[in-house]
Amino acid sequence: MTDPKKQFRIALRNCGLIDPEQIEDYIEQDGYFALGKCIIELSPEMVIDEIKNSGLRGRGGGGFPTGLKWEITKNVENNQKYVVCNADEGDPGAFMDRSILEGDPHSVLEAMAICGYCIGADTGLIYIRAEYPLAIERLKIAIKQAEEYGLIGDEILGSDFNFKIELRYGAGAFVCGEETALIHSMEGLRGEPTFKPPFPSVSGYMGKPTNVNNVETFASVPVIINKGANWFNKIGTEKSKGTKVFALAGKVNNVGLAEVPMGTTLREVIFEIGGGIIDGKEFKSVQTGGPSGGCLTKDFLDVPIDYDNLIAVGSMMGSGGMIVMDEDDCMVAIAKFYLEFTLEESCGKCNPCRIGNKRLHEILDKITSGKGTEEDIEKLKILSDVIKDTSLCGLGQTSPNPVLSTIANFGHEYLAHVKDGKCPAGQCKSLLRYDIIEDLCTGCTLCFRHCPVGAITGERRSPHFIDQSLCIKCGVCFEKCKFNAITLT
Amino acid sequence: MLSELKNNHHLSIMTKIKTLTDLKHLKDKIQLKNGLGKSGDKSEQIIQIKVGMATCGIASGAKEVMKYLIEECEHLAVDANVKQTGCLGYCYAEPMIEVLIPGSKPKVFGYVNNKKVREIIENYIIKGEQVEGEIPISFKTINN
Ligand SMILES: Cc1cc2nc3c(=O)[nH]c(=O)nc-3n(C[C@H](O)[C@H](O)[C@H](O)COP(=O)(O)O)c2cc1C
Ligand code: SF4
Ligand code: SF4
Ligand code: SF4
Repeated sequence: MTDPKKQFRIALRNCGLIDPEQIEDYIEQDGYFALGKCIIELSPEMVIDEIKNSGLRGRGGGGFPTGLKWEITKNVENNQKYVVCNADEGDPGAFMDRSILEGDPHSVLEAMAICGYCIGADTGLIYIRAEYPLAIERLKIAIKQAEEYGLIGDEILGSDFNFKIELRYGAGAFVCGEETALIHSMEGLRGEPTFKPPFPSVSGYMGKPTNVNNVETFASVPVIINKGANWFNKIGTEKSKGTKVFALAGKVNNVGLAEVPMGTTLREVIFEIGGGIIDGKEFKSVQTGGPSGGCLTKDFLDVPIDYDNLIAVGSMMGSGGMIVMDEDDCMVAIAKFYLEFTLEESCGKCNPCRIGNKRLHEILDKITSGKGTEEDIEKLKILSDVIKDTSLCGLGQTSPNPVLSTIANFGHEYLAHVKDGKCPAGQCKSLLRYDIIEDLCTGCTLCFRHCPVGAITGERRSPHFIDQSLCIKCGVCFEKCKFNAITLT
Repeated sequence: MLSELKNNHHLSIMTKIKTLTDLKHLKDKIQLKNGLGKSGDKSEQIIQIKVGMATCGIASGAKEVMKYLIEECEHLAVDANVKQTGCLGYCYAEPMIEVLIPGSKPKVFGYVNNKKVREIIENYIIKGEQVEGEIPISFKTINN
């Protein structure tokens, strides 16, 4: 095995190495030294400058410059402000934030306190889904231990800076990860997005200026303070600094977490860190950005990963889910899968998202069941554009991306479904066809006896026949025939 | 959780840290205690075994592995500090344990079950033999 050392761990620096339930383990790794340095030696402006110079951008998906967000929130006058950590993590297949909270909770607490010091907040709230019981448990232990040492609480390290941290629980709705919906959910209101502006930095939790950042964004902050902005901004690409954690899943050998410098290629992540495709099958596509992202072909494998490059090729960074697909995956069915997720998770507040996505899903369903036409593909494109342009929040604005990117990159698969009535990957059952080759059939009756719906007829010792109108494509006959007399097309 | 199983190394009295210097002293104290400080004598360090106990590890049976590991170390009179840790990111190979024998390179074993635990203790830790199932860990962190 080679030692590629493609991974560079900043946000995950302590994960798997320290005991997350022992604050001393964290302190031994310079834990809380960044907070100490900030409140004792640096002014809030100096810390914000450091974060700005580091080039850190939000890891929750949008990629907004973190230092700038802190500065905006700082500059809004108010005697009560909040720091919110977004630990909702709703993308299917994503578990980066959970791993950080389970493996190194103090890194997030420390960074929230640093943010509080910068913007002038005395309270931090972590919005975490109730489905993450272990992360919740470890956060509670971490908060208690930090309080016992006085690293969180009143007059931290002898200064006049006070900061407390509390947990708020989410019910696990994807849309509640959107910052305005998240804030409403914390306020006890319905978890529905509202129009921005006002941005949370100006009017957030309880109408107060609120700085919302993602778990991984926070986890990177103490390192920037300890190592310096100039250390951090040497890692990565021109406009995307530092590293990004990806949750590798799908048809890849090494399912797990990979933290790589921005600028690492998709190929390096999938084939070197991920160990390539399961069973030596052929790579077909990689999906980044979750339900908001796109499916890229092998032609894009050498794209250096960063915020701007992924958007340029029709996908996005998202929060870090990376799902790998192989030759057996049908891209129309994949688009349908994401649409199903979106439909389930749309809050229903606005029509384009609630109804438009339902229509998109219906058309995709029509195509995968072999009833689609070329016109339907055009309809998908037009409808997608309308949904993108007219939805209120990011969920609706990005929900057609999986459809658009599969049409753009795998248009031939759509055409095969609607023109030839074939699913090239053999996934869409309705498009499969089982036939008996007369010349090879011995009339042994085995298939006839096993067909669950009586679709097969024929006399003993003479060729059998499948009635396509009755066949439910279960494949039993295909498996049972000992004479290879049944074909699948 | 599991604190009843762990060799708890909380410094018994938690005094409030009131200055940055206090924090530095605490770090020195912890390092000393773990034998990694400037004056720590490496030969006196004991064996450390870390068990990946994040959701992925626990789902694959890490709790059971940790319990058995502690029992077997006791049973075979191996003086080791067994502790839990988070996810190393190699979720496909969970449960995973990392064995650090003072003076040797840390080794990470994947797909660990009770049988493997015995093998690792008896063959690797006690006899110093090669044991299969090592997961090649390769990443840079901020300190190297
Ligand atoms: C539908 C939707 C879901 C989102 N889910 C999350 C999430 O689970 N976690 C997260 O950090 N950000 C999520 N975001 C982005 C947040 O709105 C917000 O931009 C982010 O938390 C800001 O933190 P950052 O700047 O550190 O990335 C979501 C956005 C949308 C539109
Ligand atoms: S776009 Fe969808 S999720 Fe967002 S507010 Fe509208 S209906 Fe709700
Ligand atoms: S595929 Fe199933 S339903 Fe169709 S003919 Fe064969 S056994 Fe019968
Ligand atoms: S099992 Fe094969 S050989 Fe036998 S009747 Fe069916 S198709 Fe013909």
